[in-house]
Amino acid sequence: MKRKHIILEIAVVVLTIIVMSSYKNSEIIPFSDGYQIGDVAADINLKNTDGTMVSYSDFPNAKGFIVIFTCNTCPYAVASEDRIIALDAEFKDKGYPVIAINPNNPDVQPADTFELMQAKAKDKGFTFPYLYDESKTVYAQYGAKKTPHVYLLQKENKELRVKYIGAIDDNVRNGDAVKERFLANAVNELLDGKEVSVKETKAIGCSVKV
Amino acid sequence: MIAFAFLILASCANKKDDATNESKKTSAATSVSISEGELENMIPSYNFKELNQFLTKENDTTYVVNFWATWCRPCIKEIPAFEQLNADYSEEKVKVLLVSLDFPNKIEKQVIPFIEKNNIQSQVVLLDDDDSNTWIPLVSEEWSGAIPATIIYNKTTRKFYERSFTYNELVEELKLIM
Repeated sequence: MKRKHIILEIAVVVLTIIVMSSYKNSEIIPFSDGYQIGDVAADINLKNTDGTMVSYSDFPNAKGFIVIFTCNTCPYAVASEDRIIALDAEFKDKGYPVIAINPNNPDVQPADTFELMQAKAKDKGFTFPYLYDESKTVYAQYGAKKTPHVYLLQKENKELRVKYIGAIDDNVRNGDAVKERFLANAVNELLDGKEVSVKETKAIGCSVKV
Repeated sequence: MIAFAFLILASCANKKDDATNESKKTSAATSVSISEGELENMIPSYNFKELNQFLTKENDTTYVVNFWATWCRPCIKEIPAFEQLNADYSEEKVKVLLVSLDFPNKIEKQVIPFIEKNNIQSQVVLLDDDDSNTWIPLVSEEWSGAIPATIIYNKTTRKFYERSFTYNELVEELKLIM
């Protein structure tokens, strides 16, 4: 009888430790930190500038996605526009289309309304979806802090795994002076069946305005 | 306040030019009417290696270093708080440094007018270093690269903030470190 009691007590203690440690983990990695390399990215369902709703599942043949948080006016985003168009041209047919997402709240950044996104997409001839994160949930889920901010996803067993986070290349201000194309290199490594060698990079950007 | 509004409007109007001008950066930089020497006097321009001396001083002063740009709306909004801090703590060993991340070809058209219009008294320098992937983690491993960002440090303590500040919040943080 006594033995049973002890076993029960031990069980309670072990359970408490498990529960507490899992709680501790969730404290260490709060939701707002967003996706880390290797995490599974959830599907999205956001409004495109053409009025349609776009999800990753709309691209059954894609091998992955180049997800770029960007906006209408941030000079660093504007300086990257031509490069984003070029990335879509280079990688869409190889299975990695660009998905651009504007995370900014137009109440905070008036130049980032949906209507001005439509004008931007038309002016620049965007060949990729330019989505409006109206509910402000997607950028938080990813942990995007700025524009531009890139997440490269690869399809693995029907799940999308984060393979690269960071900058398009090593010179956000001046595309002509780029020496290393971090994002393109990462996509090419995935296409070659290799592991991405440079998984995270940093660049100056405009803080997400929410 | 009106000057502020004008500036923000002006910077919005100019934003469209940024990308196109960027590719002509070098030619634009050499065609400015103010000579490079005069610009250099008003706003010294550093690469990260040169700037780093201002981020790593080991003396009795506490340094408040703010990374900003004229095109960055939340940065412009919090600059008065840093200015007030600089003024209110001028008798104490506190120094504010405003590190502009404006594009070098915007110094004459945007940064200098901003400093003049708002009568900025804190020291302003330009960080002109494209290799941000190398230097952002050297400023702080915590930094995503978004601005505004601020470091408050002295020889014993160093804290990094990727956020905006009000004056009271700045004073609170400063007091924790001083």
